[in-house]
Amino acid sequence: MRARYPDVFERPAAARLATPAMIVAAFAIFIYGLVDLDFSPSRLFNGLSQLGWISMMMIPPDPGSSLPLYLKAMGETLSIALLGTTLAALFALPVSLFAARNVVPSVILRFPVRRFLDSIRGVDTLIWALVWINVVGLGPFAGVLAIAVSDFGAFGKLFSEAIEGADQKQVEGIRASGGSALHEIRFGLMPQVLPVIAGQVLYFIESNTRSATIIGIVGAGGIGLQLAEQIRVLEWQKVSFLILMILVAVAAIDFISGKLRFAIIGRRAVA
Amino acid sequence: MTLAVSILPEQQLAVLNVAYRKAVARKRLRLTAGAGLFVAALIVASIGAEVNLRTLFTYFGNFVSYFDRILTLDNGQRVWTNFGEWFWGWHNWLKLLAETLLISYVGTLIGAVFAFALNFFAAENTSPGPWLRFLVRRLLEFARTVPGIVFALIFVIAFGLGPMAGVLAIAIHSTGALGKLFSEIVENADMKPVEGIRSTGASWLSCMRFAILPQVSAGYASYALLRFEINVREASVMGFVGAGGIGQELIVAIRKFYYSDVSAILVTIIVTVFLIDITTGWVRGRLFGKEART
Repeated sequence: MRARYPDVFERPAAARLATPAMIVAAFAIFIYGLVDLDFSPSRLFNGLSQLGWISMMMIPPDPGSSLPLYLKAMGETLSIALLGTTLAALFALPVSLFAARNVVPSVILRFPVRRFLDSIRGVDTLIWALVWINVVGLGPFAGVLAIAVSDFGAFGKLFSEAIEGADQKQVEGIRASGGSALHEIRFGLMPQVLPVIAGQVLYFIESNTRSATIIGIVGAGGIGLQLAEQIRVLEWQKVSFLILMILVAVAAIDFISGKLRFAIIGRRAVA
Repeated sequence: MTLAVSILPEQQLAVLNVAYRKAVARKRLRLTAGAGLFVAALIVASIGAEVNLRTLFTYFGNFVSYFDRILTLDNGQRVWTNFGEWFWGWHNWLKLLAETLLISYVGTLIGAVFAFALNFFAAENTSPGPWLRFLVRRLLEFARTVPGIVFALIFVIAFGLGPMAGVLAIAIHSTGALGKLFSEIVENADMKPVEGIRSTGASWLSCMRFAILPQVSAGYASYALLRFEINVREASVMGFVGAGGIGQELIVAIRKFYYSDVSAILVTIIVTVFLIDITTGWVRGRLFGKEART
């Protein structure tokens, strides 16, 4: 047995040392990072005591007289998330067909579409928000457009992967009965991928509720604007209240979105 | 030879047709109601988000001309005609980019370690007690739900301006995100090895170390690498709130209308994200390849 499987009984030194070497390298880069990023113990301790003081000041959460303003801002945030996601999905669906291998076999067309989507996806939502603020001015409209553009890239990739994963038998059935390429897409592909796409859109509405809360930090409207302002003027009770509002809103959206997703695609598909 | 097709009596057909039409009508009605609700929600959202289509069409020229401006140098030529002029600050930008990568690396590593420590308590099948599981899950939920940049805003005030705030913000956010993913992997693990280890009298810690860890370590590595990719993007905007990295330079360029600098820094960020994606994909392939062989 030993002669037949020598690798198992006596691994070479290089293989045995690979794992600890990798761990040591990771740790070394970590230490270098700490030094380069100025992680000094005194600074850490001062910061932690300051953080403790801030935490004390945060209790109890108290909106003061600003509750109606905060609720309106929260409504803005939810509006931004819903509109942005819907716009992104509507524009991404036709483009994703060109990025899917089984719809457009030609690499010459598919490759640039894929790279285009990757480029858009590589830029963070906040950066798009800054660009749109320059174009349409401060406010939630810039937030809607920022989320729409940013998620356009993400949806394009996800939708094209869903389309590539679809069963080809139904498409062949349409073709065999004399259907054109458009008929193949409409009646062969779409019934298969729409439930998947609906699930992904709902997931992104959840995710974009979080994104929309921070988009206000750069001036694009919503609850993030209030949060950034209160942090900068050190109103910690209002800050903790706003954070709790965000947590509750995100939890509610998660719940509703989960129910809708099950209603649309059924529990079987999830399991 | 012809095949005999049996046709049901007229009354029976009529009943079936009525039932079918009712079912189709009910389904169509539900679909119409759902679509109506969705459109109504969109309209309310449009009002809330102050959507103004006239504004959009008026300013869309601004959008196009904005891209025109960021692709033009100060001397009026296109940016690609003079790379030296376009990337005049490349040395400083590369330094800041390295800082961004370090922020995301250190933050991800700290987050992964804490997530690893906490996820066994959060998983249903390995948690020592239900109250501990509830507590740890709420903690991870809080860390995951509050956006990282909010933590960065608070830490900038507590720890001062600079990359330390960014690292801690990313670390906490990654703890929440990875903790959830790790605990889901653990919940999918086979419990038979745990029973085998426990039957020899091993402690809870030994069960985790020798029965669960070999099953889930590949998933840990994969998710940690994925989180690193995400954190590179997140770290690139930490500078917006003073938490270090290239975002600081970018927001200065955008707000001071240094148009060609905006496009140069954006290209730098996009290329870096591409390279990081390729690198982590390669590393993941190597890890899984090795895992599959053993």
